[in-house]
Amino acid sequence: MTKIQFENQSYSVKSGESVLDCLIREGVAVEYGCKSGGCQSCKMEVVSGVPTEQSQSGLDDSEKAQNYFLPCICMPEQDMEVARPGADAVNKLETEVLALTMLNHEVLRIRLQRPDNYDYFPGQFLNLYNPDGIGRAYSIASQAEESFLELHIRHVPNGKVSGWANTQLKAGDQVSISQAAGDCFYTPGNPEQPLLMIGTGTGLAPLFGILRDALRHNHRGEIHLYHGSSVIEGLYMVEEMRVMADEVENFFYYPCVGQDSVPKGIFSGRENQKALADRGDLSGWRVYLCGHEEMVTSTKEKTFLAGASLNDIYSDPFISVAA
Amino acid sequence: MSNSLFDRLGGDNAVNAAVDLFYRKVLTDERINHFFQGIDMDRQAAKQKAFLTMAFGGPNSYTGEDMRRGHAHLVARGLNDNHFDAVVENLGSTLSELGISDDLISEVAAICETTRDDVLCR
Repeated sequence: MTKIQFENQSYSVKSGESVLDCLIREGVAVEYGCKSGGCQSCKMEVVSGVPTEQSQSGLDDSEKAQNYFLPCICMPEQDMEVARPGADAVNKLETEVLALTMLNHEVLRIRLQRPDNYDYFPGQFLNLYNPDGIGRAYSIASQAEESFLELHIRHVPNGKVSGWANTQLKAGDQVSISQAAGDCFYTPGNPEQPLLMIGTGTGLAPLFGILRDALRHNHRGEIHLYHGSSVIEGLYMVEEMRVMADEVENFFYYPCVGQDSVPKGIFSGRENQKALADRGDLSGWRVYLCGHEEMVTSTKEKTFLAGASLNDIYSDPFISVAA
Repeated sequence: MSNSLFDRLGGDNAVNAAVDLFYRKVLTDERINHFFQGIDMDRQAAKQKAFLTMAFGGPNSYTGEDMRRGHAHLVARGLNDNHFDAVVENLGSTLSELGISDDLISEVAAICETTRDDVLCR
């Protein structure tokens, strides 16, 4: 008989029974809806074992890459250990601060020693905890082969974590972080697809991670990155991005500022409006949206209406937490 | 040999092909798009897929009670027959664009019709 492990308990799956039905029969509190693979509200993660092909058929590539599956349509063929999605993100790890660098007047780049066996996709986020145990999510800008984890932290007025990181943290300190989570990252398999990246503020951090990950996978389609800020002082890494755009044939970079008068090489106007106007029909494009929540939400709808398939739109809205 | 409507439409592939087209039509239809403003698009797309699967005669476990519970807040905001008709019309033109025959579209519309009273909470 097939067994499933869930939250330190083992359950026997009856013949012809789905993983979800088994958990429900055993009285486990799990979320579910249509029980037929449609609504995806019961989505879970396979920790060990292999999900059936059918149980991943309606999921997008980033969900499959994280071993997500739909327990309602999974009749397991072998023993599996399953978990709620992102369940291991709560496990804290200790690591060392390697270096701190200001990228502009308010954005701190922090590099942390990457713990052994720390798996992530560039563009995912992790929680960084202050000494009081209060955590905030930051996107990961570093690359899989790098020995450090890079985060870009904007100093929020009275921010419990960003304030501490900006004023008290120093190289050599030990800090706590969570495992990486999130589904806004690069997935290989369609190297000719054009990519549109739109970010505001430290939304550049995940986009920088995703961009370099795409290039590392020899992505050949055009990659257009629009980075915006309301004021010019809010942009950062402008020179570094320009150098990359000069060196990499299929990469294009557009720094945008919501001011009328801007220096040469900077575009005046909102990054999302410029991107939509420049690119026009987005049929066949893959879209990455990171940063300000309202920008991400509204641009998601606009890029979808411009022709991008919903499965090809990846987004990471930065939800601000009351300080 | 009798093939179900779901199979004749193309099964899951038909649902996947239709969902983007259908959702785009709904979001740009001034008659009904105000019901869809400000909601999470990924969750909504998953619901649309479940709806399309049901409307295509595919596997689902929706009950009339589910339909009522899922739409009661919209009925409170004025959801009526005209809006229901607009959704069915958008579904029909979606299928038409995908090259589905009028006969099959009528069968899909007939399935939608069976949910009308539950959706409108009557």
